[in-house]
Amino acid sequence: MSDTTTPTPGNHAAGGQSDSATSGALAPVLEVDGATKTYAGEPPVEALRGVSLTIGEGELVGIVGPSGSGKTTLLQLMGTLDRPTRGQVRVTGVDVAAMADDDLSYLRATRIGFIFQQFFLAEHDRVVENVADGLLYAGVPLKQRRQRAVEALNLVGLAERAEARPTQLSGGQRQRVAIARALVGQPAIVLADEPTGNLDQATGQSILALIDQLHQAGSTIVVITHDHTIAERMPRKVEILDGQIVADTGPAGPADQRLRRNVDAYPSGLRPLEGLPASEDRP
Amino acid sequence: MTAAAGRRTLQLADMARLSSVGLRSRKLRAGLSALGIAIGVAAIVAVLGLSASSQAGLLSEINQLGTNLLTVTNGQSLTGGTVELPTTAAAMIGRINGVQQVQTTGTVSTAHAYRNPYLNLAATNGLAVQAATLDLLPVVATTVAQGQYLNAVTAQEPVAVLGAVAAQRLGIDRIWPGERIWTGRQWLYVVGILKPAVLAPAIDSSVLVGYPAAQKYLGFDGHPSTIYLRTRTNKVNTVDTLLAATANPENPNAVNVSQPSSALVAQADAKSALDGLFLGLGAVALLVGAVGVANIMIISVLERRSEIGLRRALGATRRHIRTQFLSEAVLLGLLGGTAGVALGAASTTIYAQSKHWATVIPTEAWTGGLAASLIIGAAAGLIPALRAARLAPTQALWSL
Repeated sequence: MSDTTTPTPGNHAAGGQSDSATSGALAPVLEVDGATKTYAGEPPVEALRGVSLTIGEGELVGIVGPSGSGKTTLLQLMGTLDRPTRGQVRVTGVDVAAMADDDLSYLRATRIGFIFQQFFLAEHDRVVENVADGLLYAGVPLKQRRQRAVEALNLVGLAERAEARPTQLSGGQRQRVAIARALVGQPAIVLADEPTGNLDQATGQSILALIDQLHQAGSTIVVITHDHTIAERMPRKVEILDGQIVADTGPAGPADQRLRRNVDAYPSGLRPLEGLPASEDRP
Repeated sequence: MTAAAGRRTLQLADMARLSSVGLRSRKLRAGLSALGIAIGVAAIVAVLGLSASSQAGLLSEINQLGTNLLTVTNGQSLTGGTVELPTTAAAMIGRINGVQQVQTTGTVSTAHAYRNPYLNLAATNGLAVQAATLDLLPVVATTVAQGQYLNAVTAQEPVAVLGAVAAQRLGIDRIWPGERIWTGRQWLYVVGILKPAVLAPAIDSSVLVGYPAAQKYLGFDGHPSTIYLRTRTNKVNTVDTLLAATANPENPNAVNVSQPSSALVAQADAKSALDGLFLGLGAVALLVGAVGVANIMIISVLERRSEIGLRRALGATRRHIRTQFLSEAVLLGLLGGTAGVALGAASTTIYAQSKHWATVIPTEAWTGGLAASLIIGAAAGLIPALRAARLAPTQALWSL
């Protein structure tokens, strides 16, 4: 009710977005600048100690680190689910520190997609409803949500299971549903937290292949993992240890611009990706 | 962002779907937690419904008997003695404009009725014997159950007709030739038994004899003690005001005038003490139901941390989460309330039908029941909803 009238401090966001759109390739989608995160306690825990990281449009980044290295905290900051103790986080040029909780929520609803290790699907809702929920809080009308959900399911190769329940799906299929949910709002950036953590080796590989395909199609994706072999196959690999970045292979350049335009035309013009793994056992 | 943020209040259909998530995924639990509220509301609706229905039944019975019956009885003087009505009173009243029928009974103070002369008369009061006029029955809206009423011939003879209660007290339930009762000085032959006279309970417990017979055999003085009269329905109040002075012009203050139907209506209006008890029980059940709903909602919030976290990640604001859980609790309360109203109405209907009453569910009963369940749901869901909204997304998603 009140959010229909309250002016939000995020007014400059629209400007930031158009800047990045006109400046072309490698415009920063997400910037972490000297971020520190300290959790209160005895003694206080310093989860992040001055992390700076810029992720450009169209990048696929693997952030790898052992458990306790601070990689999940970094994901939380990047996803605006938490705020840094010190330092800045900018999503599509917008400094999140200045934003009210409601505006951060709207930022997540429209610009950030999440993929979780545990999928977090609603078991009593159909697959298409689960995917459509990715747009629920962005103010998209129901009919349009459904339509775009079907398109997103098409994108991950699960269009024919739209009416199934998540309980009827395999683990890999469930993660594909979760990925479709993250993509349905065409977010500026997708954050994946151990996306293969609950899957067997072969299924995990097919999910990684899908992520790669989405990257090729122009999506900006950050994958958090503890597994070096997963990070190794990403175009850019960032290593984190004890709350600090210890290695960064740097931006590898934008994805193919032809595919990028294809994504811009989504949802109407996008066809299912060619060569998408059809089954879970693809190497 | 501001422009788009304007559209972020969820549509009703989405709200309905979100608020029923918990109900759809855990049906048995939702049903059980709504049951407490359902029982409470059902008890309240049924108590109010039954009392209204029985009242409606009584009122329709009274209406059937007629509300235009007035009674005039002899009163007491300042010194406490009975002031007899003049023997001319009935005739005088009959001349009042609007009066249709006048009938009288006179208490025969010199006689009481007993089953037989072998009773120890000192140990019993016996039943009142009343002299009665011949067209009394239609005026007091009763009829003969067995045998016949007095007629011009039997009114001259030692013959009695028993009121419904009197017959029961005497142990006479049918008319036999030669059946008789003892009055202390005279046998009376029983020729009839009356049905209950709701408007004139004094007749029920009396033994009725004809005026001439009462004077001839029982030493009756001939003064009427109660005058029953029917008026035209639109003249009841006018006649009422004239009655005392007409009946006993010398001493109008020593005359009691009453309208039996209005006394019964007042009686019907009076709430039974039991109603209060059951309403209290219903309120307690509602309270217990509220605690149940609050309990379930708190557990639900704990269980659904990951859902809350996910929704926050998908862009739900704190208010979205709060509204979702609050409306779920309200929905739970309303479900219970609706079931309770249905249950209460059904039991009222069944009972009223068995008693041949009209089924009356007072509007305040079912609207009140629904409103109470709504308020209870909201109150019970408030704290859980606030807790859900306060949950930090990181905490909800990563500390499982």
